[in-house]
Amino acid sequence: MEVTSPVREPLITGRRTMHDVTQDIAGRVEDKPTVTWLLALAASMGVLAIGAYAVWMTLWNGIGMWGNNKTVGWAWGITNFVWWVGIGHAGTLISAILLLFRQKWRMSINRAAEAMTIFAVMCAAVFPILHTGRPWLAIYWMFPLPNIFGSLWIDFHSPLVWDVFAIGTYFTVSLVFWYIGLIPDFATIRDRAKGAISRFVYSSLSFGWTGSAKAWERYESVSLILAGLAAPLVLSVHTIVSFDFATSVIPGWHTTIFPPYFVAGAVFSGFAMVLTLMLVTRKVYRLENYITIQHIELMNIIIIVTGSIVGVAYITELFMAWYSGVEYEQYAFLNRATGPYWWAYAIMMSCNVISPQLFWIKKIRTSIIATFILSIVVNIGMWFERFVIIVTSLHRDYLPSSWVMFYPTLYDVGVYLFTFGLFFTLFFLFAKFFPVINMAEIKAILKSSSDNVHKDVKKEIEHKNVEAL
Amino acid sequence: MKTGSHYLVGIYNDEDLLLNAVKSIRAAGVRIYECYTPYPVHNLGHALGYKRSKLPIAAFMFGLMGTILALLMQIYMMGIDWPMIVGGKDFTSIPTFFPVTFEVTVLLSALGMVAVFMIVSDLRPYGKAKVFDLRATDDKMVMAIDLSKNKKVGLDKIKDLLKDSGASEIHEKGY
Repeated sequence: MEVTSPVREPLITGRRTMHDVTQDIAGRVEDKPTVTWLLALAASMGVLAIGAYAVWMTLWNGIGMWGNNKTVGWAWGITNFVWWVGIGHAGTLISAILLLFRQKWRMSINRAAEAMTIFAVMCAAVFPILHTGRPWLAIYWMFPLPNIFGSLWIDFHSPLVWDVFAIGTYFTVSLVFWYIGLIPDFATIRDRAKGAISRFVYSSLSFGWTGSAKAWERYESVSLILAGLAAPLVLSVHTIVSFDFATSVIPGWHTTIFPPYFVAGAVFSGFAMVLTLMLVTRKVYRLENYITIQHIELMNIIIIVTGSIVGVAYITELFMAWYSGVEYEQYAFLNRATGPYWWAYAIMMSCNVISPQLFWIKKIRTSIIATFILSIVVNIGMWFERFVIIVTSLHRDYLPSSWVMFYPTLYDVGVYLFTFGLFFTLFFLFAKFFPVINMAEIKAILKSSSDNVHKDVKKEIEHKNVEAL
Repeated sequence: MKTGSHYLVGIYNDEDLLLNAVKSIRAAGVRIYECYTPYPVHNLGHALGYKRSKLPIAAFMFGLMGTILALLMQIYMMGIDWPMIVGGKDFTSIPTFFPVTFEVTVLLSALGMVAVFMIVSDLRPYGKAKVFDLRATDDKMVMAIDLSKNKKVGLDKIKDLLKDSGASEIHEKGY
């Protein structure tokens, strides 16, 4: 029997047995929907409906409905796109990179984090699809398909085309990885199902899984390889998103540190979103035994690390602008910090660089309320980071006569709301009908990392120490 | 699935009991049909005498196919079929083809491997599960022994073996 060092705190508390795990997690799927859940779902669907109007108006009248102008041709659309894609990164980091590093604490949060990844990427996709104006034709602009121009192909030299492939692959692989993990848990729900409808639904979803030793062995092999594939994939996705900017010649975008800086920022905002969602789910579903204060603290530590990387990147950008001696670059950064958008820069700096540093204090990083507030602050900050990078670099054109400000319209706000509605509607449906924690993986670590064994081992060691004295 | 097979099902409460049981029962010359567990039990496949999965090879081959296809596609489209100068780059500028090549490699490798996994494990939508005990996906370790293949050892002997190895319940099940 393998026991993790007794110095470590147990990952699962409350002396749960295997059956308790099933009961705690599958039980939530079987419960009747609560009034709170119905209200939450109704609210998010309401937001979705309001947003759908903005989407419809954008499609009907064209993207002139948005606040973009001749100088600021990229604004809220791409800001929101990068923001959502970034949020998705935490899910893959948790499920793939932490799996490769054998971090067992990932097991309580990976299912919900991966769901968040998939929904966030769907929300992200809304913006590039809408910005094409006529999305029903966009398939010809995105994929190498034969078209009426004979063989005028899409341009594989363009980072925007790389982005299509990166996001498409990322979404597909994340979805497959997530679903493979869900199959055994669906089988658990199927085998417990009482009603004919739920038995039918979960037996079709569980693909005929029995939990045979052969299937488990293959399952583990598949999980490990998918993690190995997803780990470089997640790094490549935000790298390629950053290429959209970095390969241009716009001052403020033309920076070689963009790929690592964007990836760190993505993980940073993603973990913040995981915390926002998980703290609520934990409370509502009473998952305190599975998502302990230790889990929250570990996620907060990742937030300090990535937030500090982002902070160093901001300062490096400023230094490089000065050190390069390029006056356009210098102006772009001076203008960012002190120009008409100074307030956005100040929000970005305070939310992303200063606020995560509060997590150095143990009391704050183990406090649920402080973590919840800071997780939202971080995501506000990361939205402003993308806004600052995109809009401040564009609004001062090469010709001073083209210098303008960007003002979003109500439709910009509406389309952004649409993605929030979409995200939360999907997340609430997931939280109700899917097991929010990977039951099979939790059962696998019960014998090594729960307080059932920890307490006993600890007592034994204490006993020995007393004897030695 | 053979019809009319008759199985002896042993139920264990713990993974270590099951692992030891598999070893002792196999040593006694009984052929185990399959074990069912709620989570992956390490070394269980090895104890049952299963060979290592060949899925990594499938993943590699599909990935290699993705690399080659993506590179050939881009070289053909950009360099041969409709050459165009974009951003002062060569028609066939291999470095700019790397991102798409990487993504297609990962995509085909993942999808190909998962497809093979689904096929060899007989997992499909609406697939019917051969369940010996409903608790195998909850908290019990289940061992199934096909009696028709173990006629030499005999039913009573197998029952004794199961009991001695710590099975908490033993029952027969026809399929």
